[in-house]
Amino acid sequence: MTESPTSRAVQTVDCDILIVGGGFAGCGAAFEARYWGRDLKIVVADKAAIERSGAVAQGLSAINCYMGMRWNENQPEDFVRYVRNDLMGLSREDLVYDVARHVDSTVHMFEEWGLPIFTDPATGRYVREGRWQVMIHGESYKPIIAEATRKAASEVYERIMVTHLIPDAADPNRVAGAVGVNVRDGSFYVFRAKAVIVAAAGASHIYRPRSAGEGSGRTWYPPWASGSAYALLIQMGAEMTQMENRLVVTRFKDGYGPVGAWFLLLKAIATNAAGEGYEVSRLPELRERVGAYADAKPMPTCLRNHLMLQEILAGRGPILLHTERVLDTPEKEAIGWEDFLNMTIGQAVTWASQGIEPKSEPSELILSEPYVMGSHAVCAGAWTSGPGDIAPSEYQWGYNRMTTIQGLFGAGDTVGGSAHKFSSGSYSEGRLAAKAAVAFVRDHPDAPKVTDDQVRGLEATVFGPLDRYDTQRGLVTAGTVHPEVLRPDHALNRLEKIMDEYGGGVSANYTTNRAFLERGLHHLELLKTDMKKLAAQDLHQLQRAWELHHRVWTAEAVLRHTLFREETRWPGYYYRADFPHVDDERWKCFVNSVYEPATGRWRVFTRPYRPLF
Amino acid sequence: MPTYVLTDKCKGCMECVKICPSDIMHIDPSQGRAYNIEPAMCWECYACVKSCPEAAIEVRGYADFAPLGHSVLPMRTADKIEWKIRMLGGEVKEFTFPIRTTPWGSIQAPQDTPAPTAEAVSSELLAYEPDYLAVEALPTLPRKGGSA
Repeated sequence: MTESPTSRAVQTVDCDILIVGGGFAGCGAAFEARYWGRDLKIVVADKAAIERSGAVAQGLSAINCYMGMRWNENQPEDFVRYVRNDLMGLSREDLVYDVARHVDSTVHMFEEWGLPIFTDPATGRYVREGRWQVMIHGESYKPIIAEATRKAASEVYERIMVTHLIPDAADPNRVAGAVGVNVRDGSFYVFRAKAVIVAAAGASHIYRPRSAGEGSGRTWYPPWASGSAYALLIQMGAEMTQMENRLVVTRFKDGYGPVGAWFLLLKAIATNAAGEGYEVSRLPELRERVGAYADAKPMPTCLRNHLMLQEILAGRGPILLHTERVLDTPEKEAIGWEDFLNMTIGQAVTWASQGIEPKSEPSELILSEPYVMGSHAVCAGAWTSGPGDIAPSEYQWGYNRMTTIQGLFGAGDTVGGSAHKFSSGSYSEGRLAAKAAVAFVRDHPDAPKVTDDQVRGLEATVFGPLDRYDTQRGLVTAGTVHPEVLRPDHALNRLEKIMDEYGGGVSANYTTNRAFLERGLHHLELLKTDMKKLAAQDLHQLQRAWELHHRVWTAEAVLRHTLFREETRWPGYYYRADFPHVDDERWKCFVNSVYEPATGRWRVFTRPYRPLF
Repeated sequence: MPTYVLTDKCKGCMECVKICPSDIMHIDPSQGRAYNIEPAMCWECYACVKSCPEAAIEVRGYADFAPLGHSVLPMRTADKIEWKIRMLGGEVKEFTFPIRTTPWGSIQAPQDTPAPTAEAVSSELLAYEPDYLAVEALPTLPRKGGSA
């Protein structure tokens, strides 16, 4: 491990369970795998440092998934009804129920570990932000959770950009491990594992962000969320679901501060520029578009987006959140600022820099660019087996949260159909996957086979961009323009432009159609051809090159799923202009896909939706 | 935002390089000090700002929408974080929030708790359940659509 940055030393790590990604889902997996697998070698690989990696790196101001079963506040069935409603009917209710029934024990453990949760001194109960949310002083949420992970895991490997999963040399439908590059010392890591849990991130920067230049770092989901949750699995041939179910969030303009505490806890309202409410007056049009879903309570997240978008398109924006009407005490003002300082400091910076005083003036709201993820009010991801006691037979093939690849498990953003998990639910899902993975390892004690040819082939692929830079750099004098190679940042710009203009991004008001999607796929093919000429001048750019590959795999799945679903299921997330309505008769089902590694072909098809009750 | 590093304070200790989730805090070899190599991939997460032992890292809001003349800076200790916010007009706001209720390092490792029973291994229960659910039993439902 002391070689120079270009030594290409190979480090081989043999383990029982490999966890890819040390965010909340990965941390939950490491904890639970150790609890049940005391004798097992459990390894975590993360591309950053787990105290500040993943979507919770800067902290949170609320836990958004907590039932409160001990106070009979909610039961798991209530949560399933809520998610069913919010996702316009389509979620894997067995997975949703499973997260809900376990999530309270996760949150109680976090409190014991030292996470400060707001508690009402009169009742002893947690202070609710909304029906499912509890308020926390969550600046150190991630470092606290990481402390348990460091104690539980056999080894935590950091600064490893995991690029590919390795199939078993004897069985392409069985996972045998993963490879990646250490972006500090340039060594090639080969993890050989009996089971792999992918707990990596969803994706920002698939679609062009609203902000430009420096501001493109202020995406809602972190810029380091590069779609590894999907790309690693797709390339292995795992079945994916709901990849068209991308997320657009209502946020404070530019700083992307969250709105939950403002709407739910502080009871602030949003109006158009003239100070008028717009949701009620737009209901008739909404009913015409989506039928009875328009009257669901609470209104689904996508439909609230839709109504705001229509108001803006009608020329009645900007939309204003009236913070000034609710910050009537110093305590509430502190809650308002803490909400941002704990989880979106950039919004506090935006207020400070623009001189916005929230207790005396409203703030603008905006709809974000789209994101691909599986743990918020959407549920893109892998098609996984459900819990043994309740999953319908069509959703069950032996091990909870195992994908359609033997030994390959998912948790967090990786698992499709399992919406509204947020931090606590993703951690709980990591725990569920890990307990099942321990059982899998007990049942399959023999290590899968990885050949030298596989390793050498992957090594050549992974380091290709570095080699290309070295051989091509002499052609031009200096600068970033080169006729034979493509830089990762240039390729990212092209991906974002394609997705924005053809795949329903902000410049298209989230609208697309068959012709646009087919053109988008064509341009994506051209980009993929050019990506064979990606060049990286250092290890940091090599990480960016592989993040780009993962984003492109994710984007292709999004376009193919969006093309296949001939309806507009989630107006406010995206619109198929050629099929503008919700069509329950044909499309109240999952759109799933499989990329076949042997042929390079995609199959897209439907799977039935089965309500849990 | 992005972060910038004050020349007179940075000692090149690498703490920011180690913690940055976006891999954008690097050491400039000519100065031996840290800098932000890719501001457009900076999330303003403040992980580096909080970790810097010299308070050498600050943040200037994104150039495309944040006017100059502000600052938002934390001081994080073992149990709390103090924020000092300087608004565009010069007004200063200060807030202090707790971050942890127990000592760092005090979490009990799962392997240091009693081993699970064989019955628990084959059940739907997770670690410390049903105790930590704080209800009598893990909820379940009658299965629909036949058995697996």
